[in-house]
Amino acid sequence: MVSTALFFLFAGFAIACAVSMVYHKNPIYSAISLVGVFIALSCIYLTLAAPFIAIVQILIYAGAIMVLVVFVIMLLNLDDDKPLNRLRFLYALGGGLGIVLLTQTLFIYYAVLRAPNIPVDEAATAGSTMSIGRAMYTEYLLPVEIVGVMLLMAIIGAVMLARGVKLEPEVTVVSVGTGNLGDTEKVESDTVRSENSKDDDARLAEH
Amino acid sequence: MEPSLASYLALSGILFTIGCVGVIFKRNAIGMFMCIELMLNAVNLTFVAFSRYYGDVTGQLFVFMVMSVAAAEAAIGLGIIIAFFRNSRSVDVDDASILRN
Repeated sequence: MVSTALFFLFAGFAIACAVSMVYHKNPIYSAISLVGVFIALSCIYLTLAAPFIAIVQILIYAGAIMVLVVFVIMLLNLDDDKPLNRLRFLYALGGGLGIVLLTQTLFIYYAVLRAPNIPVDEAATAGSTMSIGRAMYTEYLLPVEIVGVMLLMAIIGAVMLARGVKLEPEVTVVSVGTGNLGDTEKVESDTVRSENSKDDDARLAEH
Repeated sequence: MEPSLASYLALSGILFTIGCVGVIFKRNAIGMFMCIELMLNAVNLTFVAFSRYYGDVTGQLFVFMVMSVAAAEAAIGLGIIIAFFRNSRSVDVDDASILRN
């Protein structure tokens, strides 16, 4: 009874925080709401007898990833999210997709509810840290090694991305997407004209 | 009495739906990134619930793998967002149309 009450408490908190994350236009509010979702899910993992996953959830998601996200939001000094300008059909697409997914969720809920009930073995130690560690280093050793290689690739990729690309001698930053190409054309014609006038000056000097 | 497996799956499905709709509604690359994290967490909840109800540790190991992928994704994804911001002074995905013309 208590675990059911706790589940509904944290489930409601998680859903409220998730809706608030999508609703808020300010990225910082979204990030704080997402931290709320992570903490609620961590509490649900605790009620599911998975303390290792619960702690790792707090450490990695709320501790590392969200700090990185908030750091990037602060660094870039982002404005509020703008409404859709030319892709208005995405509202209809998103709403339709949401309805389809919710229908599927409802279907899964009733299908699993009508399936024969699985009795939970209260004494099972599947979630204990020792059993996870044993499985990680015996049965699932290769996947853990692959995850290590993937993290190494991520480190190298992050360093390459953050290096500041200076591969081309000069990078012209054209204001992307605003469509004001007229300015750059004017600049080019100005430079051409100045070169012509320079040639004229040289010719005058020869004379 | 514990809540049934179906309630955990329903919560996971609802969170996944919210994340999926959010990816489509958000125009901000960081907002989309956070919605993807929400979807990954919904899937993690499914893994942990099945792990509990079948008494098998494999689901929790998969959650560990998913978290590693999410951490790598955070590092790379935020690096890409910063590189994009450096070029176009914006993180609006509508501005990422340099290949359009």
